[in-house]
Order: sequence, then C-alpha cells, then structure tokens
Amino acid sequence: MYPVTELIKNLADQHGRERRNLLPILQGVVEQEKYLSEYSMIEIARELDLPASEVYGTATFYSFLEYKKMGKYIIRICKTITCSMKGKNQIIKTIEDMLKINVGETTPDGNFSLLQTNCLGFCHKAPAMLINYEVYIDLTPEKVREILTGYINKKEKEE
Amino acid sequence: MSTPIYQLKRVDFIFKDEKDWKEILKNSINRPAHELINELISSELKGRGGAGFPTGLKWKLAAEVDDPIKYVICNADEGEPGTFKDREILSKVPLKVLTSMAVCGHVIGSKEGYIYLRGEYFFLQPELNKSIGEFKDYCNEINFDFTIKIFMGSGAYICGEETALFESMEGKRGEPRNKPPFPSTFGYLGKPTVINNVETLAHCYTIFEYGSKRFYDLGVQYSRGSKLFSVSGDTPKPGIYELELGMSLVDFVDEFGDGDTKAVQVGGASGFLVPRKGFRETTIGFQGKLTGISLPTGGSMMLFNSSRSMYNVLDNYLEFFREESCGQCTPCRVGCQQLLNGIKAVKRGEKNAQYLNKLMRLTETMQYTAKCGLGQSVANSFSAIVENFREEMIY
Repeated sequence: MYPVTELIKNLADQHGRERRNLLPILQGVVEQEKYLSEYSMIEIARELDLPASEVYGTATFYSFLEYKKMGKYIIRICKTITCSMKGKNQIIKTIEDMLKINVGETTPDGNFSLLQTNCLGFCHKAPAMLINYEVYIDLTPEKVREILTGYINKKEKEE
Repeated sequence: MSTPIYQLKRVDFIFKDEKDWKEILKNSINRPAHELINELISSELKGRGGAGFPTGLKWKLAAEVDDPIKYVICNADEGEPGTFKDREILSKVPLKVLTSMAVCGHVIGSKEGYIYLRGEYFFLQPELNKSIGEFKDYCNEINFDFTIKIFMGSGAYICGEETALFESMEGKRGEPRNKPPFPSTFGYLGKPTVINNVETLAHCYTIFEYGSKRFYDLGVQYSRGSKLFSVSGDTPKPGIYELELGMSLVDFVDEFGDGDTKAVQVGGASGFLVPRKGFRETTIGFQGKLTGISLPTGGSMMLFNSSRSMYNVLDNYLEFFREESCGQCTPCRVGCQQLLNGIKAVKRGEKNAQYLNKLMRLTETMQYTAKCGLGQSVANSFSAIVENFREEMIY
C-alpha cells in the first residue's frame, strides 16, 4: 500500500503520462483505494497535465470506477434479465439481511459494499455476482450465505 | 412438435484444440497479404459480434490505406445481455485469437495489437497474459514483429461499439463517434485500425487452418459458416453451442426449449424478440435478398416460457439501456428514460393504453435519430413486446 500521491506517480511512470494512459491509471488507483476520491482525481489531473474536469468526466462514465468511498469487498449482483428471472432478488435479500445494509450502502465497519450491476456474462449460470474481481455463479440463498461467511471469517482472521 | 425441415447441425471448430497454432502462424505470415484477404473473402465470413460486416473486406480496406502505423484490435467487450461465448474462447483457445490478430497484422501492416477486455472479465487476465507471453516468445523466435497487449475496460456496455471502444482506449468517455470516417481509415488514435470480435478471429484461424471452403460449406446463402450461440433463460440446457447458421427458430426451440417457450430474444436486449407464432418463419442468420425473415445475432439466444411476464422483460431491458446509454445524444438519453417511465405509467394506470402507441412512435424517432446502434435498436424489442404482448403491458 502506497500513499495515494505516490501510487499515482508510480502508475504514471509505469503507464505513461498521455491521455490514452488515463484509464489504466484510474483503474490502478481503484484497485488499491477501491474508489477515486476528489483528491485522487485532482492529483491524476496534475500528474497528466489534464483539466480535472476531464478526469472527473472520464472516471464517472465507467461503472467500475467508483467515486464514492467503497468497502474493502464490493459485492456486485447482476440484475440483467436472466439473473433477474432466476432469483437475484432473493440473493439480494439474503445479503441485505446478513450484512444489515441495503443495495447502494456500505457496512459501518467499511468491509462490504452492496451494488447491482449490468450483465456479467454468466446468463447460463444465473444468478451471478462479483466480489471484487471474483465471480460466483449458480447462486442460491444458502450458497451466498456460505460465501459471505467465508469472507467475514477471512476478514476476522486478518484482524 | 413438428417435423424438422432443417436439423440443427452441431459443429466443432472453435473449441477444437489449438496445438497447431505455431505452424498456422508461420504458414500464414509466409503467404502474401492479398492471398489471405481473398481466402477470407471467399469464405464469406461476416463479423460475429452481431453487425455482420464481411471480415475479408474489413482487412482489405485497412490494408489499402498507406500509413506506417496501424492497429489490430480484438473486441472482447462482451456486454450484450445473454452473450458469454467470447470469454469461453479466450479461456479455452486464446492462441487462436492471438494467431489471427498477428496474421491480420501481417496482412494490413500493423505491429501492435490490443485486446479490449471488459472490466467484468478482469479475472481472465493472468491466464491470458500467460498465453500472450508464450505467443510473444514464438514471434521472437521466428523474427516476426507483432506485440499484443490487454487493455482493460471498466464496466461500460457502450464500449463494445467500436468507435466508443477507441475513445475509451484513448482515455476518454466511451462515447461513439460519427461514422464515417470508419475504423479502417480512422480508428484508434486516428490510425487505420481493424477491429474484430473475439469469435470472428477464432473463425479466421479455422479458415487459415482448413481453407475457406470448409467454412463456406457450412451454413446457408448469405450466412456462411458456423457460429457460437449462448443459450440461456428458460431452457433445460443452458450453455454455449456451435451451430451452423441458417437454422430455423422452430428447430432451435425444439432442441433448446422447455416445451413451453413463449418467446425467444435473438441477439440480446438490442436484438429481436420473436413470439411463438413467429418461430416457424424465422431463421437465424444475416439478412439477404432471398432469406425471408432472417435475424442476425451476436450469439445471444434467451428463451422465455409462459411463466414470464413480458412487461418485466421489457422493463428490465429499458432499465439496462437507460443506464448504459452514453448520454451524448438526446434521442437515446431522454428516449430511454421516457420509454421506461412510460411503460411504468401505463402499468400503474396513470396513462391509458393508447399511450403505448405514442411510445412506439418515440422508438421510431430514436431509430432514425440516435447516433449509434444502442439508441437505434431499442425499437426492436420494444415494438415486438408491445405489439405481441399488449395485454401484459397494461394489466
């Protein structure tokens, strides 16, 4: 973990400082920080010599580049047609009950955020979800409870 | 249900092993460019992302432009609801895709290739990079100068549109450009670019391996070759199937339906919804002069049975489009919002049933005035659902 200013410098050194290097840099910041703070966006703009509004405009276009503070684990439930038909609402309900948050919220301890997302491309194994970049498919309420318990235990072990 | 006139023909080209890739690469780059282009043209391979532009012609156009810098891009921004075949190709036979990209580089005179991989498929990266490394080693060994890199997307459906994809790679919002100019003259960074779907490149490999005739002999007129279909929804056997083009929808439903299929969505949310009464007269392939009703698809085939409310289906599509519209042109940005608000208002009884006709006219306007395929194609499923399942929209 680098302080964000240093991270941005490193990313710019690694990818380059041209406009076309903007997305990889934004992605690199999100990978570590889980979101793009106003501060990060201004720093990126400074590093690449771009107007901050351009960085903001680009960052906010992409659904995986969060610009609100997110939890350590971002849960994204696919809500597109097949997952919706195959019971994604039950999955969401299960997670909401377990984590005591609603869709769009983050747990007070900052561990989990719950979001919905568009088609993940696992329609034949619906419903599907992502936790950070990990894919989980053929979900049932039982299965989802098991998966989340795994994450919660992992988190506790780390602490 | 019926006596099939045309049996579904399973084909096994795409996922056939790729062990001969070195030989195919070496042989192909030793052939003159025009010969490879002619091979592709005579195979009649058309783009497998859904739009169906002839691949050989695409390569030819880019080859004819005189520019020292050109790009080859593999479009792996597979985001159409109901499509999941490209991921399977990239995880099972990545070297086929890389080989075809390099052959394309040889044909058009490009030394740089990119795979634009959707953010949702981030997890594919480590394995894919391994294959790219292996590929690079062989290119060095035979002194062939072509580099492939992955460019990650970040969750935007519209970036599957080729010019939006270029914008995204250039570090901007993924907003489609006006066409012309087309990518073959003005693509990534304003340079001549060939951009092909993952599956298209995998088919190119088949053609380089076996020759164009083996490919051409499959399928029907205007729709040659095989195609991967991503089958999902109310079906006992969801999954990925390689089938010949030109099958009739009724045979498809016989094979994949659950006996109670009410409608099939061909080509994802932006594609075409066919109600049961249309199964018999519809075939799957590209439209030609003599084909009757022939529907193209990027491979997405979603089946709905009679337990599904088509209102919910349309509501889900419209919410998808409203969120994924890039917002730069008004017909699409406002149109998608108004369509969604409109059907909700009719359902709640706040607007009368006639209002649906008004909304249909709005989709027509969008078809004519929206800047890219997203806004233009909303009309397809909207009109099919509203016309065929009107009562479900109202009650």
